[in-house]
Amino acid sequence: MTPIFPPTCSPAQAPGLPDRAGLGLKHEHFVEVLETSPDLGFFEVHAENYMMAGGPFHHYLGLIRERYPLSLHGVGLSIGGEGPLDRDHLARLAALLERYQPQAFSEHLAWSSHGPVFLNDLLPLAYDSATLHRVCDHIDQVQSTLKRPMLLENPSTYLLLERSTLDETDFISEVIRRTGCGLLLDVNNVYVTCTNHQRDPDAYLNALPLHAVGEIHLAGFAEDTDSLGDRLLIDDHGAPIDNAVWQLYQRVLGRIGAVPTLIERDNQVPALSVLLAQAWQAEWQLSQVRP
Amino acid sequence: MTTHGTFARALLEPDRACPAGLFSRNGADPASRFAVYRNNVHNGLINALASAYPVTLQLVGDAFFRAMAGLYVQAHPPTSPLIGEYGSTFAGFIQDFEPAAGVPYLADIARLERLRVRAYHAADDQPLAPQAVLDALQGRADLGAVRLQLHPSVATLMSPYAVVTVWAAHQTEGGLATLDPGYAQGALVLRQGLEVKVFAIDAGSVTFIQRLAWGETLQTAVERALDASNDFDLHQCLTLLISHHAVTYLHLDSKVSP
Repeated sequence: MTPIFPPTCSPAQAPGLPDRAGLGLKHEHFVEVLETSPDLGFFEVHAENYMMAGGPFHHYLGLIRERYPLSLHGVGLSIGGEGPLDRDHLARLAALLERYQPQAFSEHLAWSSHGPVFLNDLLPLAYDSATLHRVCDHIDQVQSTLKRPMLLENPSTYLLLERSTLDETDFISEVIRRTGCGLLLDVNNVYVTCTNHQRDPDAYLNALPLHAVGEIHLAGFAEDTDSLGDRLLIDDHGAPIDNAVWQLYQRVLGRIGAVPTLIERDNQVPALSVLLAQAWQAEWQLSQVRP
Repeated sequence: MTTHGTFARALLEPDRACPAGLFSRNGADPASRFAVYRNNVHNGLINALASAYPVTLQLVGDAFFRAMAGLYVQAHPPTSPLIGEYGSTFAGFIQDFEPAAGVPYLADIARLERLRVRAYHAADDQPLAPQAVLDALQGRADLGAVRLQLHPSVATLMSPYAVVTVWAAHQTEGGLATLDPGYAQGALVLRQGLEVKVFAIDAGSVTFIQRLAWGETLQTAVERALDASNDFDLHQCLTLLISHHAVTYLHLDSKVSP
């Protein structure tokens, strides 16, 4: 595979993601992105969607990468898994990073594989010392294999585990302190998790190491109820970003300043113009906190 | 069993109770919240199959397809994080799925759709220009010894049913009423540039292309193709391959080892 070297001095070649709004790149929008070159800070793709040998996905991502900075977001590494990391998968990630030279790589604080089975969801962890050691070992292995720091995303959860002895925020803080990884702060996940577990989202944010935030995710959620009829929010990336999440985002920016911010949409993908409008809303909020 | 093992098993088996050791801050029944994870796993995988097998879905309807796919997900959960490749054994499952027996060509439609997904994501390779292939082949005394290297996306399928005709009829609205699927048909799938194409071919062409893909010489491939079908038309089949950029290399030296 040939690495892509964009023209010199272009934003695509910058060492890091810009403190601007970016979009999750969907195959439905490949051609329109190339034809219209929307004014965006970066694109993000799911790493697993680009692990095939060839074809249109690589063709289009290669062309788009020449014009834009890129964030590679993994959804399948199962960093919280009980077993060892999948070495083949890690090798595929390394090859993809080599090929596309993304400005950022991120993964989730969750597990998704057990034994030979991949469950295709981000599943909740017991926050205890055994999990802490395991997650830190796995992140060390990822960072040494990929030869770069990664960003770890805070999860959306629907349940709590009796085995947990640490708060989620303390767990995340400790992982970041021990491994030196950064935080991918998913503001929607903060809102979803805090609603589902009756926590104050601002207190949750206060307990996180916000100095380590390297990127923010904004997305929409679906709404359900549990057995008591209480609000149960589901992080489905299938709806516009909720007002409460926009407001929380504004408070985050007020505290830490402008940070690369991704608009995530993976289900019921609308027209590119709809997503661009949300990206510009984020861009406007970012402009309010720039010096 | 480990915590994740119990959790994983309960996710995949809808009748299994919610695992122990889970709770909700508000005191709600954890099963009502565990259901979110179970739903995410099942719906996510069923949706992945639905998008990879759109004509298979159309042939049986959404409700039937989702029920069938749900049983497949339980019996054959993914073993790789590459969800784009999930469902490579789905056609075999459909073949043995008794309630789908009323649509006897359903499994072959699924096989054809799988070949299309594979062709879409197959490795890139530079094809030979059609004229260059023709120039190189024309007038060769040792034509029979030539071996053709085919593009990585090229694949074939032979069915006792008119799979390509059925598949093609579902690419446009209407026009299905008069369709007779009750005759054998072969399929050639390839990616030309960025576009996956499907062609109806005869049994001889299926054999011919398979043999070429195995690295056999033109002569051997032709002999096997004629064994499969007296109607095999070499000129027509070669033209189809060459004009759709399926040939990537010509091994002209008969002495070259494979």
